[in-house]
Amino acid sequence: MTNAVSVVDPPSSQTRREDPALLHEVSLRTPGKSHIEMCIQCGTCGGSCPSGSAMNHTPRAIFAMLRAGMRDDVLKSNTPWMCVSCYYCTVRCPQEIHITDVMYTLKNMALESGMVQDSTAFDFSKTFIHYVENYGRSFEIGLAGIHSLTHVKLATRLLDMAPMAIGMLTKKGMSPLPPKHIKGINDLKKILNRAKELEAA
Amino acid sequence: MSDYLFYPGCSMESSAKAYYHSVMSVCKSLDIKLNEIDDWNCCGATEYLSLDRMPAYALIARNLALAEKQANGSKTVVAPCSACYLNLSKADHYMNEDKAFGKSINEALSAGGLHYTPGELSVRHLLDVVLNDIGLDAVKAKVVKPLTGLRVAPYVGCMLPRPDYGKRYSDSEHPTELDDLLSALGAEVIDFPLKTACCGGHMTQIGPETAFELIRRLISSADEYKADVMVALCPMCQMNLDAFQSQMNGYFKTNYKMPILFFTQLMGLAFGEKSEKLGFGSEFVSAHEAMKRIGVHTPIPEDIKPEPKKPAGLPMPPPRTKTGQKNTIGNKEVSK
Repeated sequence: MTNAVSVVDPPSSQTRREDPALLHEVSLRTPGKSHIEMCIQCGTCGGSCPSGSAMNHTPRAIFAMLRAGMRDDVLKSNTPWMCVSCYYCTVRCPQEIHITDVMYTLKNMALESGMVQDSTAFDFSKTFIHYVENYGRSFEIGLAGIHSLTHVKLATRLLDMAPMAIGMLTKKGMSPLPPKHIKGINDLKKILNRAKELEAA
Repeated sequence: MSDYLFYPGCSMESSAKAYYHSVMSVCKSLDIKLNEIDDWNCCGATEYLSLDRMPAYALIARNLALAEKQANGSKTVVAPCSACYLNLSKADHYMNEDKAFGKSINEALSAGGLHYTPGELSVRHLLDVVLNDIGLDAVKAKVVKPLTGLRVAPYVGCMLPRPDYGKRYSDSEHPTELDDLLSALGAEVIDFPLKTACCGGHMTQIGPETAFELIRRLISSADEYKADVMVALCPMCQMNLDAFQSQMNGYFKTNYKMPILFFTQLMGLAFGEKSEKLGFGSEFVSAHEAMKRIGVHTPIPEDIKPEPKKPAGLPMPPPRTKTGQKNTIGNKEVSK
């Protein structure tokens, strides 16, 4: 990997607080049996990770930190946000830990706690879901457009992205207009709102 | 004639129209009847799961509930996109394994008058349906223009063979299903070591340098093996490898020109369909030269101009024009 590895600051005395309930909380919030308690610290996950070099902590370190109850350090780490959902770690883990799903849980918890350090990934998810919640469908062109306007340098946008944007519209014949609403958008909104209440409960 | 419930997914209507058209053509040839799930919604990709668990699963499960209602004897949902396929299987799997979780998702669905019985439907990718329901012999019987001499890198990607809840694939890292299918079409299939390595996923949007390296590994490996084209079976894989190839080249100062096609495009060609009807020419890295080597004419992307006037690069309102002056940008949005 060519990009520089960013290292987080050593934990302050405040984040040194132990939270013995952390591991259990993550386990409970992950659907199905996550087997997270079974980690033997073998490191297969980190060794299998295609984006590991961009992470503050390898997945193995995250599992050790979870067991140590280092809540703030875990929730501030960029590790779950750099996960590409390739599931290599999940299928290779000798303890059958659902690592990718645990990463989703950690992202959910990081958002709730307001501890996300770099909002790029989080904003991308938000923009994506904005269209889904309001139209029922995703909107690739709008998503890429809005995300690049807010997160990509102007020079990069003009030099690298303009040809691609034009190609999307000409070669791929993609529509620059937002998607049509699904017919059941109102029911979908009710479903999602109820689900949000259930998650918060 | 086999009947299936069909979940196309959002990309098929926008960035992956080539996939949509070729899927339709191939399914017609193979007598696979696809009944689109009425009023389906986006599966949320990997993004909703990152934000909020319950609504993410409820969003996916709405599709399963609609499909169950529409089933009418057919119990298989076919999804041609690996991300959609995985999300639909994931929701079904966890609702089934974790009964309390399944109950909560159904409670959310009931707010919209819907219900899904976990385990009721089986979710499958089109590749699996073609191989296991139709069979390679039936595929071979349809081949009228074998792809003899075309060296193909079979690229499966992540979300089809992993985590593979239904244990449908031969291996989670080196599955051979796509190789077998492409061989049946007469193509020369390379033993592609990175066939299930990651295409970068959403990193093209949130951490391009990481994505470029993952894309480079795949493209350079296929190039080393002297593949003429690489074949994908997921809209996101195809998009990352094709649309971002030139940016990746710029980043590494390389000059790879590896065409990335959908497996159904090659199936369609082998079945004798015209390349224009299979979405050829919509790729960023043209497959024209590669296909010419085996005597197949495919459109050159630069030659395809759906409208005489070029649209603007980004979605914007049409610019004001002076009377009589020809407006060369923006008109497409107005006419659409």
